[in-house]
Amino acid sequence: MTTISLRDTDSATAATPGSAPVQPFRTAAGGLIDRRRPLEFTFDGARYGGVQGDTLASALLANGVRLVGRSFKYHRPRGILTAGSEEPNALVELRSGARREPNTRATTAELYEGLEALSQNRWPSLRYDALAVNALAAPIFAAGFYYKTFMWPAAFWEKLYEPLIRRAAGLGRAAHAPDPDTYDKAFAFCDVLVIGGGPAGLSAALAAGRAGARVILVDEDHRIGGRLVADRREVAGRSGADWVADSLAELDSMPDVRILGRTTLFGVYDHGAYGAVERVSDHLASPPAHAPRQRMWRITARRAVLAAGAIERPHVFGGNDRPGVMLAGAVRTYLNRYGVLPGRRVALFTSSDDGWRTVSDVVAAGAEVAAVIDTRASVAPGLRHGAEAAGARVILGGAVIGTKGHLALNAIEVVTADGRGETIACDCLAMANGWNPIVHLDSHLSRRPVWDAAIHAFVPDALPSGMAAAGAASGAFTLASCLETGGRAGAEAATACGFAGTSPEVPRTDPESVGHAPLWRVPGSKGKAFVDFQNDVAASDVELAHREGFRAVELLKRYTTLGMATDQGKTSNLAGLGIMAELTGQPIPSVGTTMFRPPFTPVAIGAFAGHHRGKDFRATRHVPSHAWCEEQGAVFVETGLWLRPAYFPRAGESDWLETVNREVNTVRAHVGVCDVTTLGKIDIQGRDALAFIERVCANPFGTLPVGKARYAVLLREDGFVLDDGTVARLGESHFVMTASTANAARVMQHLEFCRQWLWPELDLQMISVSEQWAQYAVAGPRARDTLRAVIDPGFDLSNEAFPFLACADVTVGGGIPARLLRISFSGELAYELAVPAAHGDAAWRAILQAGAGHGITAYGSEALSVMRIEKGHAAGAEINGQTTARDLGLGGMLARKKDYIGRLMKERPALTDPDRPILVGFRPVDPGQRLRAGAHFLAIGAAPSLEADEGSMTSVAFSPSLGHWIGLGLIRRGPERHGQRVRAYDPVRNGDIEVEICSPVFVDPNEEKLRV
Amino acid sequence: MRIRCPHCGERDNGEFSYLGDAAPVRPDGPNASAEAMHDYVYLRDNPAGLHRELWYHAAGCRSWLVVTRDTRSHEIHEVAPARDVALSRRRGEVA
Repeated sequence: MTTISLRDTDSATAATPGSAPVQPFRTAAGGLIDRRRPLEFTFDGARYGGVQGDTLASALLANGVRLVGRSFKYHRPRGILTAGSEEPNALVELRSGARREPNTRATTAELYEGLEALSQNRWPSLRYDALAVNALAAPIFAAGFYYKTFMWPAAFWEKLYEPLIRRAAGLGRAAHAPDPDTYDKAFAFCDVLVIGGGPAGLSAALAAGRAGARVILVDEDHRIGGRLVADRREVAGRSGADWVADSLAELDSMPDVRILGRTTLFGVYDHGAYGAVERVSDHLASPPAHAPRQRMWRITARRAVLAAGAIERPHVFGGNDRPGVMLAGAVRTYLNRYGVLPGRRVALFTSSDDGWRTVSDVVAAGAEVAAVIDTRASVAPGLRHGAEAAGARVILGGAVIGTKGHLALNAIEVVTADGRGETIACDCLAMANGWNPIVHLDSHLSRRPVWDAAIHAFVPDALPSGMAAAGAASGAFTLASCLETGGRAGAEAATACGFAGTSPEVPRTDPESVGHAPLWRVPGSKGKAFVDFQNDVAASDVELAHREGFRAVELLKRYTTLGMATDQGKTSNLAGLGIMAELTGQPIPSVGTTMFRPPFTPVAIGAFAGHHRGKDFRATRHVPSHAWCEEQGAVFVETGLWLRPAYFPRAGESDWLETVNREVNTVRAHVGVCDVTTLGKIDIQGRDALAFIERVCANPFGTLPVGKARYAVLLREDGFVLDDGTVARLGESHFVMTASTANAARVMQHLEFCRQWLWPELDLQMISVSEQWAQYAVAGPRARDTLRAVIDPGFDLSNEAFPFLACADVTVGGGIPARLLRISFSGELAYELAVPAAHGDAAWRAILQAGAGHGITAYGSEALSVMRIEKGHAAGAEINGQTTARDLGLGGMLARKKDYIGRLMKERPALTDPDRPILVGFRPVDPGQRLRAGAHFLAIGAAPSLEADEGSMTSVAFSPSLGHWIGLGLIRRGPERHGQRVRAYDPVRNGDIEVEICSPVFVDPNEEKLRV
Repeated sequence: MRIRCPHCGERDNGEFSYLGDAAPVRPDGPNASAEAMHDYVYLRDNPAGLHRELWYHAAGCRSWLVVTRDTRSHEIHEVAPARDVALSRRRGEVA
């Protein structure tokens, strides 16, 4: 027998630099670890040793480190409670620098060489935490303390209370630098998805795989096997671990079976869709070259077998959070799987037969069993004799009511069946209070579990379509029933997918008993008895919630924060419900259960984002002239997915305004070319194409002849403007409609809706040709001269033959088909030339070459915008979903003799109110002043208020043609008020100037330049 | 969610966009009343149970679809091309 040492062992074994770290709590042999591969790591700066196969938690325990963190509210010392993803206490900051990751569970973090971890929520150090005084102020921090303590004055919240609370009650710190790693996304399809790789999951996968089904098995652990690699069990005459290895080997040999270890199935979604995250490189110091840190799987499965297992329940008694108090199943995992003694003298506090299994494991690992305290008055004689033979005291009908030890456990206080108290020395207490099937995943689709009185736990009820539960997840707790239900579920799932599934023969297993009588809280406890370890919710908080009337389960949860921490109450929810049931005298199912939602365990945002980060967040679309624009050093602007050239600076130009002014002046005096490919282009053909266009456009088209284009305004059915563009009639039944860049997809969807759903009897087809045609605006007095050298000879470009609003099929470059439209956004003599996109670059260069002798400039979206404001054309800032055609000054062009989308709704009184703001122009009274879009209009002398608001400025530009700033805006009764002065009030930018209302057309109001 | 497009097969719901209730019929023509149009534009039922609704297969065949979905379970009972449904409505068939 080992010598017993009950001193605080924390940090006592940290190695001195240079020496090989020893692991005093590592067993001499055994465990599923690779002792030949020693590893070193640091915790709070101290160096320790571990081995390959360890988790951070098992390695800390091997070194005798039991204190690993401070609790959320009270800063109480906390240790390791579990050996899995349900861990509420042992949260650490893992790694450093840009890879620092807070709130990582030490129980699932695999050890690697050089691992760095820091404890959280302590200052100045883990052992001497100044904020542990919070524990003395515990009455203040009881349930609801936020609402009671920090009530007033309200202003104190932001400045005082919240920062104070956040500093005192925090967890880890996130990294401040960008994540240096990459994350991947993968899609997978299968017949049968098996969730969990324990005995039930492996049996299911074997049955389905043998039937020939495509199977995916996911398990969150790096070692698959569930309790078979944590308990000492026997399956078919072999050890459980050997049976797991054989099963995995068989599954591996099946070509249509994929096994995903280190993969958490975190969410169940409709119609057989599942989300899983694979920790590809989390077990390494940094990802290998070209490997992602994590991979997000989106799995679509026809059937799923939920074999996620169960989570053991703690007892609720005084001091149950002291480091050294652990779940019994976790104690066995550390002993059997990791070859680690969680203590040298272990006591067991149990309410179930299953807990007694711990006794022989402790003895086999070379430690001592101090005592077994079972809350039940009697147990099967076999259990008792086994424990007594191992030298343990057996106390039946007793309970643990308190714990002792400064920073970790050194004794427990016990009360026996006859009420006597006694203190028993021990450095580890194993708790066994039964198991809860993991019902999280089957609850994700709003299905609530049901109470199974036989096993005192919630089990899945009506499962989502296509999902079946097996093994402990279904409440079948014995190993034999796990193997049986798993095999059957796998066979049935395969059969449902059309394969001939047969349930495998159930292998023989060692005998076991599952007797259990849960105890939700231990009466007469000394000190705080915790229910939710992570959120520091004690039994007394549940009692307080009961006294204050917060008894419904959802109120209990929110008032106490029970189950609302990052672990979603995996170890605490049921105890909270059990206590509330006792207090209210109801059965547990009447208290109810809260909903679980994805993710099952926290998932990094980076994993959801995958490669969609930074510039890769969305696709980038390049205009056909992009290469030339880059060569010229254009400045680009993102509009939607498009990267458009905004302006083209030339040597000697000092700022963007000088460049834009030069581009505008050149177009107005000579000629310019602008890439307008980003406009949506919709090709509409068919016998009823014109009838269709009449119904979707608000202005009339009936008289539009072949070879002509017309401005088009489209309304939504509610009467507001959807978009504007042009419709060109290229043939008797062939039209091309353009839509604005931003609305192109929306307009296409709208037109398809009208064609397919509203008027399916119309004979037409339509398709988006935005990608197929490069389109360039050539504008300015010399536009015709420029295009003469681009368009193949023989086409008459004269004003008589090809007047304003004409359109035609032409050829360029010696026979390349092209389309020419004489339309103008700038107000100049202008054309738009469309060529097949493949010829876009060549055509662009050809235009520039042809225009060189005429002084051509390329102009970007900035100059385009200046010229449209000078011409008073509405664009995205005005067509903003809140304006009608009348608001935009387009009311006069609307059709009166036809039905069209939006016709009736635009006549609603509020939309025809003469006081509605209407589009007009604005110029500063002092020409030297700058206008600002977003400024609101007020009568001169009026105090700023919502009531006094008369409208707002929507677009502004510096007009090089006029030499001062100009603006477009919407103001009440605008057209009647030309010449009036109002205030343009812009408090955000301290703008408050006088402006004069004017016509929105600032340049060439009589359109003399347009039609020459 | 997964939607079985009649043209493209079963696809992830990220390919689709949702519009809403397929029941309202647009009061077409010059004689339609403003009241009827108001009801068509704004009034919708919100049933717990089967719901026929319009989806658009934006990242697929660009078909508008009438999807019959149980709003309580998201179970999809039927997916039909909206054009076919609209045409049979025109013919006076119950659809």
